[in-house]
Amino acid sequence: IKRHVSDELRASPRRTMAELDEADEAELQRLVTAEQQKAQFTAQLHHFMELCWDKCVEKPGNRLDSLTENCLSSCVDRFIDTTLAITSWFAQIVQKGGQ
Amino acid sequence: MEGGFGSDFGGSGSGKLDPGLIMEQVKVQIAVANAQELLQRMTDKCFRKCIGKPGGSLDNSEQKCIAMCMDRYMDAWNTVSRAYNSRLQRERANM
Repeated sequence: IKRHVSDELRASPRRTMAELDEADEAELQRLVTAEQQKAQFTAQLHHFMELCWDKCVEKPGNRLDSLTENCLSSCVDRFIDTTLAITSWFAQIVQKGGQ
Repeated sequence: MEGGFGSDFGGSGSGKLDPGLIMEQVKVQIAVANAQELLQRMTDKCFRKCIGKPGGSLDNSEQKCIAMCMDRYMDAWNTVSRAYNSRLQRERANM
């Protein structure tokens, strides 16, 4: 997604960007950063779906039952917990290595 | 004034560009890319869930399964989105 944002801005030749005054360019940067954050959020959702769909959804029915919904929510939280656990473990390793 | 992909950056001859209009184009491109990503992953998941041994065509039960799968995939997407948002808010509150 970051690539798409940059691509779109680069799609016009140099002369176009020269016609933005400083305030507009700062504003544009601000808006681009906001879109990149949104895109990062969406990319994470795709990743969660990749893992959690397989873990939580059996055969697709007429609706998601509460068991499945809870599983999906828990899946997101437990994945984040796992990420935090591994990150802090790694930080400790790095710290020990430096002493 | 023409930009890439035939988009109009709203210069309207005055030579001044509007960041808002540029962003409209950017948002559309991002939305298109996201929709492609979503459909590709949905197709993958629903193929795995609904098609056993591939036959000569999609039979009725397979078609029905795919239809339900698409809706359930979007339901799951919304559930995951809500869960992630809640978690982010909780983490921010703790900072």
